[in-house]
Amino acid sequence: MTEIPLILLLFIFVLACFIGFELISKVPPTLHTPLMSGANAISGITIVGALIVTGTQGGLITQILGVTAIIFATINVVGGFMVTDRMLEMFKKKGDDK
Amino acid sequence: MSQFLPDYIVTYLPDAIQLIYLVATAFFIRGLKLLGSPATARKGNQLAAIGMLIGIIVTLFDQQIISFEWIVIGVIVGSLIGAVLAKKVAMTAMPELVAVFNGFGGGASALVAWGELSKYSDPSLMDTTSLVTTGLSIFIGALTLTGSFIAFGKLKGFISGNAITFPGLNFINIGSMIGVIALIGVFTFDPSNQTIFWVILGLSLLIGITSVIPIGGADMPVVISLLNSYSGLAASLAGFVLGNTLLIVSGALVGAAGLILTQIMCKAMNRSLFNVIFGSFGGSTSGSSDSGTDGDKTVRETSATDLAIQVAYASKVVIVPGYGLAVAQAQHIVKEVAANLEERGVQVKYGIHPVAGRMPGHMNVLLAEADVPYDELYDMDQINPEFATTDVVLVIGANDVVNPMSKTSPDSPIYGMPILNVDEAKRTVVFKRSLSFGYAGIDNPLFYQEKNQMFFGDAKKSLQALNEALKDV
Repeated sequence: MTEIPLILLLFIFVLACFIGFELISKVPPTLHTPLMSGANAISGITIVGALIVTGTQGGLITQILGVTAIIFATINVVGGFMVTDRMLEMFKKKGDDK
Repeated sequence: MSQFLPDYIVTYLPDAIQLIYLVATAFFIRGLKLLGSPATARKGNQLAAIGMLIGIIVTLFDQQIISFEWIVIGVIVGSLIGAVLAKKVAMTAMPELVAVFNGFGGGASALVAWGELSKYSDPSLMDTTSLVTTGLSIFIGALTLTGSFIAFGKLKGFISGNAITFPGLNFINIGSMIGVIALIGVFTFDPSNQTIFWVILGLSLLIGITSVIPIGGADMPVVISLLNSYSGLAASLAGFVLGNTLLIVSGALVGAAGLILTQIMCKAMNRSLFNVIFGSFGGSTSGSSDSGTDGDKTVRETSATDLAIQVAYASKVVIVPGYGLAVAQAQHIVKEVAANLEERGVQVKYGIHPVAGRMPGHMNVLLAEADVPYDELYDMDQINPEFATTDVVLVIGANDVVNPMSKTSPDSPIYGMPILNVDEAKRTVVFKRSLSFGYAGIDNPLFYQEKNQMFFGDAKKSLQALNEALKDV
């Protein structure tokens, strides 16, 4: 992987935090649960880290830790997006087909 | 999968992966943005899911990844478990489920950092940044894991919803947190020391338990939201360990978003986050001995037939749902009653307190499941001015969010919390199983007001009775 200097990583970290703050400031309470659930599914992005750890050459312990991480993260990702979709599917305006 | 590609592509692969990570990030940001509006929320969630898929697929082309057997097994097992949980769990149990998913996410981040560490036969070969972020990632990931499962247990009723605490617990918790951070410092200088590593891991798991246990059930929404923010932060820290931009950015997005959401919820309860975490509030007063027979405390009971007449001839009815509605699974019958009233020309609105239920928006999700159109649901600020012109307010399984003590009694634990001003309406009817206290563990003077009537019983059965009675009016 291309080595990216720490300072640049810190830059993107801080800027991403600001984007996160701005994105959420204007959300109606109706959507708080789905939003929490959806954001939670995105935090399952750690699956990418789990893939890298598991797929690279490592000892047995690394493999075990990696696979457990993949299982945990996949539960978070798949379950999170599906359940959010299930909640949002039910939001209907009056007059929408029931 | 890079081994299957020709060499001239492999040369550009690292840059290509970064570029596609950028695309995935754009999907996440756009997805989170769209999640903020009812009309586009579903699309937003789907965009975020696509972003995730892009991120996962492109990562498989990373040149570091050479074996796939374990990856395939892990993904299949995780997908099955996640899909079954997401499909099977009832809508009423949504908050618990989010807590569980969140716990797994946090745990995964801790495992990623630990896994990376385990690759080094001599951990002192790892650079300082990686060591610090490994320690922090394990700390936050592990406490998210145990904390989320305690929150799950509290919501599910496996663990008492009361604030379980003893004098000095806060100091022990704060002390342990400072201890872990100091140990991470030591670990950075002496990473080969196994004992320090295990103490960090053990203490982190323990802190997750001991810091959520003393928080009362009423505050679980805030706790889940905060833990959601933590799991994002843990993912971001794991990203620093691996030098992975996608992890850093997405984790930071979720961490920041979760924090804002937590703040919004605290504000709705007029309490600071500090107070929620260290206040040990909620459910602390045990017992529900108050029987309503104390001298000045008389309650007026109503019956289905009596209530049916009142609502059928009202011009405006506001329904205030609470956790009791979720427990009784009464969301469908409440919709039927509302439809019945609307056919008679009664104006029906739902007044939703921001912290009604066990999560922000819990009631909205529940009512949406029963096909209640979301434009009939009104936020606290929208509905409060309307109570003065409302004939009947039906308070169904809600308690603390309509408790006037928050305005009148400065020593009440909920003093200052904005409430739904149902007592401004001409009549209030409280659907409740008994006169027991709400999650905040305090009595509710609303029940004894002259304009108020109690309809005792399970919310679902009471509403069914009301619905039957309406047919005869």
